[in-house]
Amino acid sequence: MTEISQFQIRLAEAGYVAENDLAATLLLLSKLERPLLLEGDAGVGKTEIAKTLAKVFECPLIRLQCYEGLDVNSAVYEWNYQHQLLAIKMQEADGKSAVSKEQHIFSEQYLLKRPLLQAITMDKSPVLLIDEVDRADEEFEAHFLEVLSDFQISIPELGTIKAETKPYVILTSNGTRELSDALRRRCLYHYVDYPSFDKELRIVTSRLPEINQKLAGQVVEYVQALRKMDMRKTPGIAETLDWAAALLKLNISSLDKDPELIMNTLVCLLKTKEDHDAITKDVSDRLIAKAG
Amino acid sequence: MSAGLQQEYAELPDTLSVSLLGRLIGFLRFMRGNGYQVGIQEDHDVIRMAEFTGLLDRRRVRWGLRALLCSNCDDWQHFDELFDAYWKPLNRTQEQRSSHSEKMDSKNGLAGQQGGGDQVAEADHAEEGDDSDAGDGGSKGGASAQEAKARTDFRMLVDESQMREMEHLVEKLAKQMRRRMTRRQRVQQYGRRIDLRRTVRKSLRYGGTPLDLAFRQRKQQLPRLILLLDVSRSMSLYSFLFLRFARGIVEAFKDADAFVYHTRLVHVTDALRERDMSKAKEKLALMSLGWLGGTRIGDCLKRFNQDYGRRIVNSRSVVMIVSDGYDTGDPDKLADQLRQLKQRARKIVWLNPLLGREGYEPIAGGMQAALPFLDLFASAHNLESLLKLETDLMKL
Repeated sequence: MTEISQFQIRLAEAGYVAENDLAATLLLLSKLERPLLLEGDAGVGKTEIAKTLAKVFECPLIRLQCYEGLDVNSAVYEWNYQHQLLAIKMQEADGKSAVSKEQHIFSEQYLLKRPLLQAITMDKSPVLLIDEVDRADEEFEAHFLEVLSDFQISIPELGTIKAETKPYVILTSNGTRELSDALRRRCLYHYVDYPSFDKELRIVTSRLPEINQKLAGQVVEYVQALRKMDMRKTPGIAETLDWAAALLKLNISSLDKDPELIMNTLVCLLKTKEDHDAITKDVSDRLIAKAG
Repeated sequence: MSAGLQQEYAELPDTLSVSLLGRLIGFLRFMRGNGYQVGIQEDHDVIRMAEFTGLLDRRRVRWGLRALLCSNCDDWQHFDELFDAYWKPLNRTQEQRSSHSEKMDSKNGLAGQQGGGDQVAEADHAEEGDDSDAGDGGSKGGASAQEAKARTDFRMLVDESQMREMEHLVEKLAKQMRRRMTRRQRVQQYGRRIDLRRTVRKSLRYGGTPLDLAFRQRKQQLPRLILLLDVSRSMSLYSFLFLRFARGIVEAFKDADAFVYHTRLVHVTDALRERDMSKAKEKLALMSLGWLGGTRIGDCLKRFNQDYGRRIVNSRSVVMIVSDGYDTGDPDKLADQLRQLKQRARKIVWLNPLLGREGYEPIAGGMQAALPFLDLFASAHNLESLLKLETDLMKL
């Protein structure tokens, strides 16, 4: 048995059904200690990959959710001002020199570690998930680059902090903005597509073991057909799972038994008004017949 | 060659494993020639990759290399084709088949075909001179097509599908505008500053220790955009595109407003905000009685000033008038209304698509009368000029 298929089994045990090429990529990530950039539509399970990886490596997951306006203070580090000011007050009486006082208040004791700094100062390599990196401002990429290529962070008052353990870094992007070449270049790359019928079926049955084969097949077939239609918000894997779970709760054993009720459960799949309007009962019935 | 690999392939004749590695390095050159971002780091990593994927199972080598060499979706989609072109013996003589491969330069092409140990030396050699090639390769065709599109005058679009595509682009551009404008502002006022005065004030209750810090942050002031679109007959080549532009704008800027005018003025913001395209069209059709007739800009502006001016035009407003300036009304009236508008609004921008044509001079009566009141008079006849608009808007 090869290393790749072994790894694939470990991923499956942690609850993630990965194709063998994805398993190979993830293995490469851990061997080469290079960050991995995952791209793909929303809802294809990019974030889930990082979570699973943390389970497989039995290490903590540190997550940095990016947003427009993310700054150093909330991503890398911040000085604990209040604490520092109190320390200054307390030191007023003991006649230490100004230099040593300054050294004291700018020591690690007063440093608040934010995700990026936290990730490189842990005892055990964590998985660092930088989620939706494309939402962060372009200027902020410089900070990512420093962490991702050298695994170090410079803090003016303290000097450069080098990684004690290198984190496994996973970046995800939804393509709201083009990432810089420099960042892309540092990373391994994997494009995550919507799952094939077989893969999605395996995901549904592994997450919801109590579902019967027929319903699982119908659900997946239905969603796969839905994805081919022109929708505002294409349903992802999470939606499939939600829907299947909802159907189970309602004790529905087959889609074709009660089309009315099925219509009411579509809230799990269709997330915009336009999509709701587009999937009328007729359309839904046709999809069910096809999925039969 | 690493020790691990040597061990793994101990049973293979030395020359074979060396030549395999040579081929592998050759592949990196080949990919670089095709516009992939391949640097020295990849040379190192590919050997470490080979230690666990091995070199004999093509599928595993493919997965490993793909993760290592691709850096965007486009690369990802073309990888298999290039991989097969290089590694499948049958295809080796026809490497230049895809449009991608055509850009491969001859040196790399040669390197791809030779294989063998001397390859590594050749590869090192190629290091210095090749960088420029690596940069331009790849999707150059796409880029230049894009560029051509950006310069095409909107009126040159005759084909229905081209028109659809352009409309789509214009709307997208409008939507992105807000994002880029806010970003630019943020860079200008980078970082937050401590407001010393208020910090000291707050520190009074702690006996002078500034425990509570007060921060000063300049308020973000995006201009409030108001679009007035001329939909008369002389503008018919452009009016639908500008409607899409307006649609993008009102969707991205919550406080933006859009109007269309010909002989009458119609408020279309709500119709444009309608997300369902067919409903939006319906609403617009109802309003469009009299479209594509003559223009009376002066009268329409008067209407605008009377009915909406006080309510929606303030010192933050940038009023954008899109028109070719061919007016059947009285130029003096137009000048008069513009003067009034100017007192209320922050800036007045006039976009005239004709300005992009060679030899056009703004001599039409209406245009002449309007010129003194304009803060910006720009063409808006293609994508490029629309894009430039946002920089100009920020400067105002």
